[in-house]
Amino acid sequence: MVEHLLEPLGYGFMQRGLLASVLVAMVCGALGSFVVLKRLAFIGDALAHASFGGVALAFVLGLNVYAGAFVFALATALGIGALSQHGKVRSDTAIGVLFSGTFALGIVIISSVENYTTDLFGYLFGDVLSITARDLLAISLAGTAVIVLLGLFYRQLLFVAFDPAVAAASGVPARALEYLLLGLLGVTIVAALQAVGIVLVVALLVTPSATAYLFCRRFHHMILASMGIGCLSALVGIYLSYYLNVASGASIILVSTALFFVVLGGRALLRRTGGWRSGPFRGYHSA
Amino acid sequence: MEKALEVRDLTVVYGGRAALEGAELELPRGAMLGVVGPNGGGKSTLLKAVLGIVPLARGEVRVLGRRLDRRSRRLVGYVPQREDVDWDFPVSAFDVVMMGRVPSMGLLRRPSERDRRLVWEALEAVGMAGLAGKRIGEFSGGQQQRIFLARALAQEAEVLLLDEPVSGVDAPSQHEIFDLLHRLQERGKTIVVTTHDLSCVAERFDLALLLNRRVIACGPPAEVFVPELLNETYQSHLMILRVGGRTVAVETDRPGGGGG
Ligand SMILES: Nc1ncnc2c1ncn2[C@@H]1O[C@H](COP(=O)(O)OP(=O)(O)O)[C@@H](O)[C@H]1O
Ligand SMILES: [Mg+2]
Repeated sequence: MVEHLLEPLGYGFMQRGLLASVLVAMVCGALGSFVVLKRLAFIGDALAHASFGGVALAFVLGLNVYAGAFVFALATALGIGALSQHGKVRSDTAIGVLFSGTFALGIVIISSVENYTTDLFGYLFGDVLSITARDLLAISLAGTAVIVLLGLFYRQLLFVAFDPAVAAASGVPARALEYLLLGLLGVTIVAALQAVGIVLVVALLVTPSATAYLFCRRFHHMILASMGIGCLSALVGIYLSYYLNVASGASIILVSTALFFVVLGGRALLRRTGGWRSGPFRGYHSA
Repeated sequence: MEKALEVRDLTVVYGGRAALEGAELELPRGAMLGVVGPNGGGKSTLLKAVLGIVPLARGEVRVLGRRLDRRSRRLVGYVPQREDVDWDFPVSAFDVVMMGRVPSMGLLRRPSERDRRLVWEALEAVGMAGLAGKRIGEFSGGQQQRIFLARALAQEAEVLLLDEPVSGVDAPSQHEIFDLLHRLQERGKTIVVTTHDLSCVAERFDLALLLNRRVIACGPPAEVFVPELLNETYQSHLMILRVGGRTVAVETDRPGGGGG
């Protein structure tokens, strides 16, 4: 058993891949609680896809692909806000229009430079085992920044997430905080690109937090639980991908999906036997 | 006498249509005002305009003589309409009331002794201290209103604006909420409540405001709840009945439905 756990760690790329995925999963878990409760999943997915335009453009121009991804994600977030605020366009429509447009731009760019295609596909589906020491450093810095900002603004962000009208009325800068959340979402998505890929990053944001939501009664418990669930999914997922020789990003996501259904099933069982004492859904009253 | 709330020419326009037009209002400290009017008549809009959370086309609001800025906003507590709140959020009653302390809390600060004391005092004032750890979605409608009121108290608000606090709340809880509001009034809080319950305003409030896009009338209920003014406010969808010496108003569904 122990040698099975230690064997992959003999390789530098496995150590880095493991560290990077655990880091990314924890940051996604922390931010994911806001994503789940504020119903930002679609916007998160959109920012991830939009960032591909930036990745492709930066790659072709020889610039930093993460910077490209981040600029595109942020511009898309602002564009969605602007389009849906004063146009006659609904926000989900604005999201649909912008993200498919920027994603298509990325596809057009990479299809025009064929020989780079395989490299760029790593960003689409994730390639955590090719992460370099420099990538790892960048991911750690970005992840730390997100966690620190979430911690600093935790109470304000929670107030605005729960009750934006009252927060604004009592003098909390609700607008600025909503933009901060979108900015953090952009940073997190870019940091997660290499670990799980553009197509799957939204799952890492949503699934662990959705699982935590099933059994947590308070928001900070939900954040800690989804960080833990994300971390566990990353660890198990990476080992599975090593021994089964399957794609690491998809393997992480599948583990977290399995955990979600296990908790959902366990919940249903416990409720039937009357043992469940928490969770956000109706049907339970202690008074 | 010191004015708790002064509203001048308050006007809100949504997509070219005025939802509130030239509203004027003056409330002394310790007043308790009931705002009534038809659905879509602009009651919620009036409260949101006073709070400055909808764009104003015109007008000015003063609270205790001060214009609204980040600091003076804390003097105004707001309890939104039930529909505006996500009740499935994983927060306890305590967490919700602690939010009232956020506007005056520094970024790096954890809640101080004083913050905690204010939260517990507010929970006690509304009779919810014993259930502080329960999740907000597990409370009854009346209890949820009281918890939200506690948040406004923890914020140290002097003026309280409540948007339909008794809609969808059973009769005993409605009485508890109004008793609680009276106790707060005795402590010097100024209270504005929107409601559909005219008889309750007639019985328990010092002041009533009739609102249908414009302020139709504002004054003691006995003076403004007269057939002409009520008819002007509700137009066709209110029946005015005289029972004994009292005027009773019954709101009926509008023939065409919808707000306006
Ligand atoms: N955010 C909004 N955008 C556009 N129209 C709105 C908005 N909020 C309210 N309205 C309109 O303004 C009018 C007044 O609404 P409201 O203040 O909610 O009335 P009440 O609270 O008295 O039922 C209604 O016609 C409503 O449709
Ligand atoms: Mg209303």
